[in-house]
Amino acid sequence: MSGTDLLVVRGLVAGYGAAPVLRAVDLTVPAGTIAAVVGANGAGKTTLLRALSGMIRPAAGQVLLAGEDLRGTPVEQLVRRGMAHVPEGRGVISELTVDENLRLGGLWRRDRADAGRALDEVYQLFEPLARRRRHLGHQLSGGERQMLALGRALVGRPRLLLLDEPSLGLAPRVVARTMALLRQLRDRTGLTVLLVEQNVRSALAVADQGVVMSLGRVVIAAPAVQLRDDVDLRHAYLGF
Amino acid sequence: MDRFVFLTVDGLSRGAVYAAFALALVLIWRAARVVNFAQGAMAVAAAYVAYTVSTATGSYWLGFVVAIVAGLLLGALVDRVVMRHVDHASPLNPVIVALGLVLLIQAVLGMVYGSEFRPAEAPFSRSALTVGGVAVLSPYDLFVFATIGVVVSGLAWMFARTPVGLRMRAAAFAPEVSRLLGVNVGGMLTLGWALASGVGALAAMLVLPTELGLHPHAMDLVFVSAFTAAVVGGLDSPPGAVVGGLVVGLLLSYVSGYAGSDLTPLAVLVLLLAVLLVRPGGLFAPVAARRV
Repeated sequence: MSGTDLLVVRGLVAGYGAAPVLRAVDLTVPAGTIAAVVGANGAGKTTLLRALSGMIRPAAGQVLLAGEDLRGTPVEQLVRRGMAHVPEGRGVISELTVDENLRLGGLWRRDRADAGRALDEVYQLFEPLARRRRHLGHQLSGGERQMLALGRALVGRPRLLLLDEPSLGLAPRVVARTMALLRQLRDRTGLTVLLVEQNVRSALAVADQGVVMSLGRVVIAAPAVQLRDDVDLRHAYLGF
Repeated sequence: MDRFVFLTVDGLSRGAVYAAFALALVLIWRAARVVNFAQGAMAVAAAYVAYTVSTATGSYWLGFVVAIVAGLLLGALVDRVVMRHVDHASPLNPVIVALGLVLLIQAVLGMVYGSEFRPAEAPFSRSALTVGGVAVLSPYDLFVFATIGVVVSGLAWMFARTPVGLRMRAAAFAPEVSRLLGVNVGGMLTLGWALASGVGALAAMLVLPTELGLHPHAMDLVFVSAFTAAVVGGLDSPPGAVVGGLVVGLLLSYVSGYAGSDLTPLAVLVLLLAVLLVRPGGLFAPVAARRV
């Protein structure tokens, strides 16, 4: 861990309509680490990611990315600040080809040469995508869509990657591969990941920090190892 | 036989205009899920601007260019000032607003220019050249084919091959995801409106010299024909709009040539009704993509 905090969230309140889903969330993710947000359905995990990436406007609180306040930043600008959000269901655009989806991830970048390099790297990282460049999004398998969504985020060379339920609907083998890849990216490129998961076991296995949410609040933030080993805590909040 | 050749060429020439106009409808439908019923009135407004410029300067071509620029600007304006603020909760809302725009634009044009027909000048001769004794097509027809060919292939190239085309498609298919990837979705929507309205203005400039002339309602029947063309092609398909336009142009030419020109408005509506009854998704409706 580098010691600096890439993402700091203070007192974040957000939701849909009048009733807030998030009630005062506090969270800190150090640069170059993986944080896994776990908790029951309806705890506010997805809402947290959507509030962070500006897809819903927080009612109160502060989000700092590398010390910069993100309040009022339009969604389409966040990618330029180094934040990539892979939404739940992964958001592959079915009507576009694999190559078009990937290029879209780097279109905002001024440094065209590096955007091209990033694209090549993603094709090297995900072999199956390179073989299916011209296929449309809806012709891919679940695992390939996962790769595409992740690869498209990586083309933008983000500092912070927000991942919503990457294991959803995927075979255990594919989940394990994805989690291993996240670690590899963290170690090789210093990528910081904030991951939301129903699959508590694999999330805590890959994460440095475990964050437990309940009813719109962070109830525990502790080293993932500690959460894995604390039986009482698992029983109380995670149900296994 | 001579008559058939003449009607076919004439039909294709008009069909090319319908194709461009239908393409403009499809562009907006794809981007904003709005059938722009105001497109005819907007295109006429641009043609009036061209008329003003051409009469003042004596240059057809200056007016031609100004019409297209006016079309582009009017499209962006309609999006930013009107359509952006319409609640899309009911699909009927934008339709009603578009119909309101038609009334507004036509009333303003009537106030400024009056409702008598103004001459619409053609830059090339409209009398047909003969090949081997058969009257085939006029220099003006060639001009229409060439212009629309360039514009349609230019748009196709832009959407398929350029970064801005990719952004526009992405914004239309998946606005939320596109914003997360840094695409200015609102800007792409405005660009779509501007392009469509520019194409509409071009179509009006090309078709008006073959009609009675310039009038606030001059594009009403063209709009109905182009809308039919777009529906024939399936509202979602740009190639479908082009083919639909040519089909409608041919059909109307044959009906008007063999059965009488009084029947053409009826024939358009019959075709529209038939397509909506038999194949409401259009002849080119793609197989629905599975959404996961």
